[in-house]
Amino acid sequence: MNHSYPTEAQQGASLSSTLSNDGDLVLHMKGIHKHFAGVPALSDAELKIKAGEVHAIIGQNGAGKSTLIKVLNGAHKHDEGDIYFMGEEVSYASPHKAQMAGISTIFQEVNLIGYRSITENICLGHEPKRFGMVDWRKAHAHARETLARFGLELDVEQPLSTFNIAIQQLVAIARAVALDARIVIMDEPTSSLDEREKEVLFRVIKELKASGVAILYVSHHLDELFQICDEITVMRDGKTVGQRAIGDMTKLDMVAAMLGKDPEEIARGGATNFASTGRASDQVLLSVENLEGAGALKNVSFDLYKSEILGLAGLLGSGRSEVARAIFGLDSDLKKGEVFLEGEKMDFTDPMAAIEKGFGFCSEDRKEDGIIPQLSVRENLTLVLLPKISKYGLIDESKERQLVTDFIQRLGIKTASMEQPISQLSGGNQQKVLLARWLVTNPNILILDEPTRGIDVGAKGEIQSLIRRLADDGLTVLMISSEFEELVEGADRVIVLQDGHSIQALANDQLTENAIMKAIAQETRHPVA
Amino acid sequence: MNSSTLAESPKPKVPTVGTKIASQIKNNGALWAFFLLLVINILITPNFLQIQTLYVNLTQVATVAIVAIGMTLVIASGGIDLSVGALMALAGTVAPMIFLSDFGVANPELGLFVAIVVAISAAGIAGLFNGFLISKYKIQPIIATLILFISGRGIAQVLTNGELQTFDNPSFEFIGTGRVFGVPVQAWITLVLALSIAWVLKRSIYGRFLLAVGGNEKAAELAGVPATKVKLMTYMVCGLLAGIAGIITTAINSASDANQTGQLMELDAISAAIVGGVLLTGGRLPSLVRF
Repeated sequence: MNHSYPTEAQQGASLSSTLSNDGDLVLHMKGIHKHFAGVPALSDAELKIKAGEVHAIIGQNGAGKSTLIKVLNGAHKHDEGDIYFMGEEVSYASPHKAQMAGISTIFQEVNLIGYRSITENICLGHEPKRFGMVDWRKAHAHARETLARFGLELDVEQPLSTFNIAIQQLVAIARAVALDARIVIMDEPTSSLDEREKEVLFRVIKELKASGVAILYVSHHLDELFQICDEITVMRDGKTVGQRAIGDMTKLDMVAAMLGKDPEEIARGGATNFASTGRASDQVLLSVENLEGAGALKNVSFDLYKSEILGLAGLLGSGRSEVARAIFGLDSDLKKGEVFLEGEKMDFTDPMAAIEKGFGFCSEDRKEDGIIPQLSVRENLTLVLLPKISKYGLIDESKERQLVTDFIQRLGIKTASMEQPISQLSGGNQQKVLLARWLVTNPNILILDEPTRGIDVGAKGEIQSLIRRLADDGLTVLMISSEFEELVEGADRVIVLQDGHSIQALANDQLTENAIMKAIAQETRHPVA
Repeated sequence: MNSSTLAESPKPKVPTVGTKIASQIKNNGALWAFFLLLVINILITPNFLQIQTLYVNLTQVATVAIVAIGMTLVIASGGIDLSVGALMALAGTVAPMIFLSDFGVANPELGLFVAIVVAISAAGIAGLFNGFLISKYKIQPIIATLILFISGRGIAQVLTNGELQTFDNPSFEFIGTGRVFGVPVQAWITLVLALSIAWVLKRSIYGRFLLAVGGNEKAAELAGVPATKVKLMTYMVCGLLAGIAGIITTAINSASDANQTGQLMELDAISAAIVGGVLLTGGRLPSLVRF
């Protein structure tokens, strides 16, 4: 905090420079406050965008970028503050209303209708009519025209789902343009695009810019920003800490601003060699070599040593979860790469095979693929174990109850009884039950994807110390977390992933939040596909 | 998460007599409705309180109950089976064909045995086919079972050239009209099936896996539950039970009519399963089975 960025003087300068030509501002959000259940997500956030500029918002996870966007597009209602759009004070009740008014959001996952044609997607809600019927000829022509502006020639009568994700995203942008958007918000637009597709997107962004549309661009990929952005707004802890022209910043400046540190300090403290490791033993338990495929992976290799906690760090879309899922046999579309368990090549095609070999996997989304909501704590806890405590297909219930009682006590699971439906437990206790689901099988390797996401601080601490204790007792843990703090404090070593590549291993003194950030921010070393 | 914190925070209220009764009715609505129907009928229907009335009811309800057991399993797995009526017709057609054949007439006892086994197995295989489409090819259950809903009855009609098969086979008819200790045979069959399947669901790993798959299939697969096998098994059992019901229907009528056997049974069975307390979105069995 003592090296807050930018300095007051700089901030004043940048503010006054924009104030001087306030008339050009297409959007001005000021003094925005937003609380969620008493927790501040935004406190005094500010955003100024001029017509025809590409404006990036950067910040760490939880800095308030998404909340600010959601306040702007009407998904959330702010508690305090004003939003001026084209000189008028506005507040939208829904993203749809904002879109109709000229603020379109292109989400990470394209929210269009895959079964319908490109034309229908572009024209939905404002189809050209003739005699009360849709004038398809005109509609198709309109769609073709809109796409032609981006240099795209597509068969607009084909269902959208027959095109790849990049095209779908461009169609979403085309829809925004067709609706006369003045501001187009893009949240991580390149996360699912390859290099060539990215180029098309950037060209489209330049087209939009030339026609006076402002782009609000959110991305964790700092390299991209230099290619297309004009202005940068930095957010930290729900506050806007500064705005500057991109030409005035280096990548290191950006990282420093996001962290609230001095750039020089980061440059000094950064790790460049990773010779020494903090691993607990020299025995390689699992060796992952050149994983490629499964959507996001390009080249991931690392070793997992016995009874260490190995962290996987990386931004959204860097391939963190995909690595875990590939090891556990959940993504069978691996193009390349091998996984060796104590030298023996593994070929997991489904979780059953992985479980057989002593793997456990807590997924990142408890609700989606973790808990079975209708079942009790007991039934959820023993789901993986069942085959081992059954004979002739019948469950040994007394053994089951005894194990469940034991684990409820050992992990301090707060539940009225083991028969309580798991859906009635708090997030932290649900997570403990899911951990117990694997621990009760006595696994060799436990993969934890965001083990403390969405649970309260107290339970978080308990789970963290539990993981530590387990590793001390000999369990090998592969932990994914988007909280660098958690990795730095919890893990023995951290592998940093960037765009599907494993780029660095950090351990001991080198393992700091800054070092992780710096590794992520460093120029891409790997050849671009 | 919100609901869980909400559910945890308030202290449990001290139950009063009123809330106790209210929750009793809420949790066992079907049972209370059943008692209400009993009381009303005892009051207004002439000659209702006779053992004969009970037997008539048991006779009529047995086939629905048997099919509904299978349907309950299927719905608990998160699916539905529209083909049960057609599978009843199929089994009801196959059995007489065998015991009326030359082989069946020459070996009456063996013929009858083979007839019943083959007929029920045919329905089971058809159920397996349903399960195969649903688990391997991920076809939505309502679509997948629509295939046999239409074609199952068609197959039965083709087998008999669309003709009614009438027969006079007292041993076979015993299934539909006989009594054991004064109680209709099909009532005994229903009772045995219901109790044994309830026991299996409660005690076996299959029962637990069934609920896990129905409750959250993705989570179940991630936990190593063989979801494909569980579904295959479930639709097969549903088919087998439909086959048994088809044989009972045919035995009651002393005739097999591929066009009529099991008509609209799928709707009766789905209704019965839901009234019984299975959750239509899967993952929960009637509370009577669970405890």
